[in-house]
Amino acid sequence: MASDSGHGAQTSSGYIEHHLQNLQVCKDDAGAWVWNHCAGNPMTINVDSMFWSVLLGLIFVLLFHGAARKTSTEKPSKFQAFVEIVVDFVDGAVKDTFHGKSSLIAPLGLTIFVWVFLMNLMDLVPVDWIPMAAGAAGVPYMKVVPTTDVNVTFGMSIAVFVLIIFYTIKNKGVLGFIGELTLHPIAPPLKGPGLIAAPFIIAFNFILESVALLAKPVSLSLRLFGNMFAGELIFILIALLGIYQLPLHFGWAVFHVLIVTLQAFIFMMLTIVYLSLASESH
Amino acid sequence: MDINMTLIGQTIAMIVFVWFCMKFIWPPLLAAIEERQAKIAEGLAAADKGQESLAKAMAEATSIIDDARKQATGILDQAHARANEIVADGKTSGAKERERQLEAAKGEIEQEANRAREELRAQVSAIAIASAEKILQREIDSKQHEDILGKLAAEL
Repeated sequence: MASDSGHGAQTSSGYIEHHLQNLQVCKDDAGAWVWNHCAGNPMTINVDSMFWSVLLGLIFVLLFHGAARKTSTEKPSKFQAFVEIVVDFVDGAVKDTFHGKSSLIAPLGLTIFVWVFLMNLMDLVPVDWIPMAAGAAGVPYMKVVPTTDVNVTFGMSIAVFVLIIFYTIKNKGVLGFIGELTLHPIAPPLKGPGLIAAPFIIAFNFILESVALLAKPVSLSLRLFGNMFAGELIFILIALLGIYQLPLHFGWAVFHVLIVTLQAFIFMMLTIVYLSLASESH
Repeated sequence: MDINMTLIGQTIAMIVFVWFCMKFIWPPLLAAIEERQAKIAEGLAAADKGQESLAKAMAEATSIIDDARKQATGILDQAHARANEIVADGKTSGAKERERQLEAAKGEIEQEANRAREELRAQVSAIAIASAEKILQREIDSKQHEDILGKLAAEL
């Protein structure tokens, strides 16, 4: 297997590195577009991650939009029934957790769940198929699981983070947001000799709460990224085993179906929980 | 592992997808689901109502049947009573009739007997007279002694 992979080195570590390398494009110092020599360049775009994630997002949007457009109360098609099960599942999760009124959170949860699920699902495509086909077509690198790219998971969690701040400010005001960052968990004394200690307490609270706030998107994205990256890495390692990979690959794939679904669900659920925390006073 | 512009691209992609989902996917699907839920609830309520009215109708039917059965028993009882009455009536009237006919027959027999007796008496008196005539023809004028003979005949 290792010897088959087109562009990488012929060793095992080369094979692994090749599989973990994104197809990248960036502008170099001279202003010219260059491919795959972008290490350390912050203006790089991972073309494969973007391509696959947008493709899968489009698949989600088109499938579900098709079902939504042809929706029928009397005679639902089987696909509509399936879509409704997913929608109902997400709706139930949102209603259990989020008690405010929002037309955004439920669709957001659905999008995250299905999109992340589809991106994770690419992990079950045998690791060599698409990279080898791409190699044959002249594309040197092809990383097909977008959620093994930390940029992808961070991109999503940053959107969630912005929404958390937006919902906090929308529901509690700017002062409420600042108060939430500074007046918890230790309430600073407002009068008496303790007033001297108040700035220190506020500073302490601010550090603590900022870390807690920033930990939300970081943990959200790193959890997904870590799980999928590790899963992909194990698939690659199994692929190195030659013929013995078959039972192992099967076993890991079965187990991975669970991880794929679970991680998508966790990402959705935590998003809902964070947003409901942001809109409820406590 | 490097953080790069992909992050921004991904965020934009996500915003677009979420927006699309919010506008064009979620509302019609949820509307369909809720509509169907309402319909199912309606159907279940209607089924409950149907069951209820069925039970009511059954109870009504049972009560009607009970009434009818009671009426039938009443009619049967009445008919029995009437039949017994008629039989009793027949018995008494038959007895009376028998009595009456018996009486009549008895009377007739008596009459007949009386008449026969009269006749006999008359004949006997006639025979007596005749025989007396024959006896007395020689000695008594029958015309003169008719009253004595009549008395004799009446005594017989």
